[in-house]
Amino acid sequence: MRRFGWVGAAALAVALPWLPFLPPFWITLANYIGIASVVAIGLVVLTGVGGMTSFGQASFMGFGAYTTAILSTQWGISPWLTLPASLAVAGIAAWLIGQVTLRLSGHYLAVGTIAWSVALYYTFANLDFFGRNDGISGIPPLAIGGFRFIDPRATFAVVWIGVLASVLATRNLLDSRAGRAIRALSGGSVAAASFGVNTARARSLAFVHAAVLAGFAGWLYAHMQRSVNPTPFGLNASIEYLLMAVVGGAAHIPGAIIGAALVTVVNDQLQDLLPRLLGQSGNFETIVFGIVLVATLQAAPRGIWPLLARARPRHRDIQPDAPPLPHRALPTPNLTGGEVLDVRGLSKNFGGLAAVSDLGFTLASGEIVGLIGPNGAGKSTTFNLLTGVAEPSGGEIRFLGRSLAGLPARAIARLGIARSFQHVKLVPAMPVIENVAIGAHLRGHAGAIAALLRLDRAEEARLFAESARQLARVGLAEHADRPATELALGQQRIVEIARALALDPVALLLDEPAAGLRHAEKQALATLLRQLRADGVAVLLVEHDMDFVMTLADRLVVMDFGTRLAEGRPHDVRENPAVIEAYLGAPG
Amino acid sequence: MDSTIGLILVQDGVINGAIYALLALSLVLVFTVTRVIFIPQGEFVAYGALTYAALDNGQLPGSVWLLCGLGVAAALAGLWRRQVSARLLALTLALPALVLAVAIWAAPRRLGVAFDAALTLAIVAPMAPYLYRIGFQPLAEASVLVLLIAAVGVHLAMVGLGLVFFGPEGWRATALPAPSLALGDLPVPGQALWIVGLAIALMLALFAFFELTLFGRALRATAVNRLGARLVGIGTAQSGLIAFAIAGAIGALSGILIAPLTTVYYDSGFLVGLKGFTAAIIGGMAAYPPAVLAALAVGLLESFASFWASAFKEVIVFTAIIPVLLWRSLRHGPAEEEE
Amino acid sequence: MLEVANLSVAYGGIGAVHDVSFRVAPGRIVTIIGPNGAGKSTLLNAIMGVLPGRGTVRFQGTDLGARPIEDRVRAGMSLVPEKRELFGTMTVQDNLRLGGFRLRGQPDAPSLDTIYALFPRLAERSRQRAGTLSGGERQMLAMGRALMARPSLLMLDEPSLGLAPRIVQDIFATIARLRETGTAILLVEQNARAALRIADEGHVLEMGAITLSGDSAALEADGRIVEMYLGQGRSKEALLS
Repeated sequence: MRRFGWVGAAALAVALPWLPFLPPFWITLANYIGIASVVAIGLVVLTGVGGMTSFGQASFMGFGAYTTAILSTQWGISPWLTLPASLAVAGIAAWLIGQVTLRLSGHYLAVGTIAWSVALYYTFANLDFFGRNDGISGIPPLAIGGFRFIDPRATFAVVWIGVLASVLATRNLLDSRAGRAIRALSGGSVAAASFGVNTARARSLAFVHAAVLAGFAGWLYAHMQRSVNPTPFGLNASIEYLLMAVVGGAAHIPGAIIGAALVTVVNDQLQDLLPRLLGQSGNFETIVFGIVLVATLQAAPRGIWPLLARARPRHRDIQPDAPPLPHRALPTPNLTGGEVLDVRGLSKNFGGLAAVSDLGFTLASGEIVGLIGPNGAGKSTTFNLLTGVAEPSGGEIRFLGRSLAGLPARAIARLGIARSFQHVKLVPAMPVIENVAIGAHLRGHAGAIAALLRLDRAEEARLFAESARQLARVGLAEHADRPATELALGQQRIVEIARALALDPVALLLDEPAAGLRHAEKQALATLLRQLRADGVAVLLVEHDMDFVMTLADRLVVMDFGTRLAEGRPHDVRENPAVIEAYLGAPG
Repeated sequence: MDSTIGLILVQDGVINGAIYALLALSLVLVFTVTRVIFIPQGEFVAYGALTYAALDNGQLPGSVWLLCGLGVAAALAGLWRRQVSARLLALTLALPALVLAVAIWAAPRRLGVAFDAALTLAIVAPMAPYLYRIGFQPLAEASVLVLLIAAVGVHLAMVGLGLVFFGPEGWRATALPAPSLALGDLPVPGQALWIVGLAIALMLALFAFFELTLFGRALRATAVNRLGARLVGIGTAQSGLIAFAIAGAIGALSGILIAPLTTVYYDSGFLVGLKGFTAAIIGGMAAYPPAVLAALAVGLLESFASFWASAFKEVIVFTAIIPVLLWRSLRHGPAEEEE
Repeated sequence: MLEVANLSVAYGGIGAVHDVSFRVAPGRIVTIIGPNGAGKSTLLNAIMGVLPGRGTVRFQGTDLGARPIEDRVRAGMSLVPEKRELFGTMTVQDNLRLGGFRLRGQPDAPSLDTIYALFPRLAERSRQRAGTLSGGERQMLAMGRALMARPSLLMLDEPSLGLAPRIVQDIFATIARLRETGTAILLVEQNARAALRIADEGHVLEMGAITLSGDSAALEADGRIVEMYLGQGRSKEALLS
């Protein structure tokens, strides 16, 4: 939406409820939908995009609501001034909870939030400070000058402008360097970390963003309802918000709003209908919601929105004249032999099995080295050791003269080692160009606040200009806006190379880049790799296509049983009887 | 606090801990075999207690109709997936019909504690495998998180159904017949002996099942290596059904045991289940002995918390998992990959 | 016994399989050899139902369609996968007992002793956890576990993988002996020489397609196989050495 669109939507939110034919009941319902939407939009970032789940969103809403309730009733602080406090309390609570669980598997966060939302419910319900079960009443309404937002039609404007603000903030966040880090999580933590994404911080950011939105919803709720009590912030309410996101389509902002509308309206109708049908009173709507939740997961796991709207790729405008990003000076080959990577005595044991043992080799800038060997020789493990994905059991890796011991993957990426993966690890639903931009993550600096306020545009233009350049370099410029999974698998491997190049690497580690490529594409890849070699990049190549690697590599390192079996020029290695035996078995 | 009060609190803690231990065991079993975090476990406790209490009062429990309904739904789910077999129809249609007939005949006759308990198990336990067929089997390949959300959905539906079939009133059953003992100054009620004794017996039985029988080993195998299990012919669905059936039976039995101790409402199960669940999480969701120890700790913590700060008993119990998760988080290092 | 027709599997770029057809007759050892990443494992996994494939797989005359792995085991197929997929925290004997799951309750099911006779090392280790075994012992256990189901078709995925040459010899000698029991064996191997030595016939899989088929002795003598493994630039002299 252009800026005019947002202003127009805001004007609509102010004017719409005053239309004469709208019954007040529906306006009140729409206000509840708006508040629920804000919570559900937070779940889009957390669950739909970040792949985490929280059963505690209503608790965060409670933090926001009780904060403003206490500040405005007991200290008489203006509701507008309590807003930052409400957001901060929800956000800090989420940050603390995140510190405890976000390093564990996803379900620990989810089950943790279940326990804590029950604990918080009883805390609200038992402390005088929170007014116990009766809660806190007499909360002042929002007011501007003498105008008090009491009429639902007036509140409507506040609530829905709040929804618009949440949508805008969430879109800004997702379309930024920090947002890409969150989205990169669904391509696997390993890939994200290999390009310098601090995955723990990205998870925490998603969790805090969702909680702050919930806190905002709580603030809106407190001043609309003008009283708070523990019930709307209990576990069942949290489950309802999750239901909204899942039913509407957890990965999409419009899905969250549709889900919120559907669940709120159906809830209202069922609370009326079911007790009459069953002849007794009670919360029978939970039966329907439970069944709908399970049925949605089974029949339409991506929710309603993707069924309604066919996603069409949005074109991203690239500014090719944006000032180029700073470029790393590559070590010149004639200096100290140009060795960038020096591996000595490298070992890795899994249980009692040695996957790599006492491996040694070097890699110089402006050189292509092929790492070959039969299945299970330890090539992929070696890659993981070099890039910090796995920790060596012994030995030393030196890169540009410094030891990599103990460094996490993202620190190694910062030093200039970029890689591709044997099994493609791109973010499936994300456009190709944004996948490439993840590679340039470490070359930008803008954080989440800058993203929310759109202060990151100049840097984003530079990052995307660089990403577009690398994508053009590998010959996939015309696919920039397509979701990564729409490309052929061979092309996805090439996208991984573009992503690696966007890191501005000193050393490039490629795991079977030629697999799945047609002949002409292999030729193009070989040309690209030769070009990189001429530029001074050090290339380490694991490849099964022997013709490809034999014609391209300056040197080959042959691995068998985790150790170096042979090393030398391709021609010599090919004639080496030990190598032939490793591949074909002993002659009879 | 004098030592008598202390001993009573310990006794309370052990009794509750024994129940939580049973629930924690079945949660670990279901999670390791099917990857489902079985949130509705608590509803099985409530269903078990209320069904037993109804039979104890000479009434036909409403849950028997729910059993029939779920059986029909499971049969339809099988039909929909074209997996109908004579065995499936027998288990989903004939079995509930038989249980219904027995219940209608037996309910007014008050045939005694043992019969009521057995009938309660027959009514409540099969619901779990039906729920597996209806809700979880189609999601067998989904992520742990999706399965967890589905489990929460099942919990939500079961609480509502509990209200429909048992009504809003609470029920309490008469105690199981047993003599009281005295340990020094401390009187030990018969019900406590039943609970602790049965819990221990059940744990031993489970241990024997897992260690000595082929089906027990098959469940462990599925938990250790799903693909490996399939490659020797152990179907994921088959293991899942058995695991759910055991969990349902343990839940129902726990309900029977607590029915004489406290008044149970249709929605009382959730908090009980959640404490078993807290214990399972503290124990790491993977192994049985730590889960049992953690359950005892949760029971004791709860009993002492209710003495010192009764209003905050739940808060204290549920926040107890924070330090445990923190410790795990620090020990584990970087975030684990989801499957 | 096994009939594979026009089988294709799309799989991650590496190891995809295109339009592969072949047969395995009872009591025969058929080997599929080829370099890394040619699609050998993918092929076996598709035949066993671990991966979805297009095309037909018939076993003893029945089209297996999309039947799950368990059904294929029940029909008499066994796969020893590349990663072994043992029950690491369970004992060796429990692993073997579970191998007999298919024949549970049948009086003539193989006993643990038959497997221990085949692999005496496993008898020594019977109460040890599978996770503590060495690479060679794991392979023996994986094979023993598969044999406990007394399969009519045994499929082996790279049994030599990561094993020292001495152990490879033992394992292959055992495979050769199994043929005498009438079991049909489908052997996927990178170690072409060892595989061809015990096989009756062989197929060469390259880039997901069968490029060469025939009598194993003839294949063993065919110089093109070395070329396929190490590229085409090889000189003639090295081929003949």
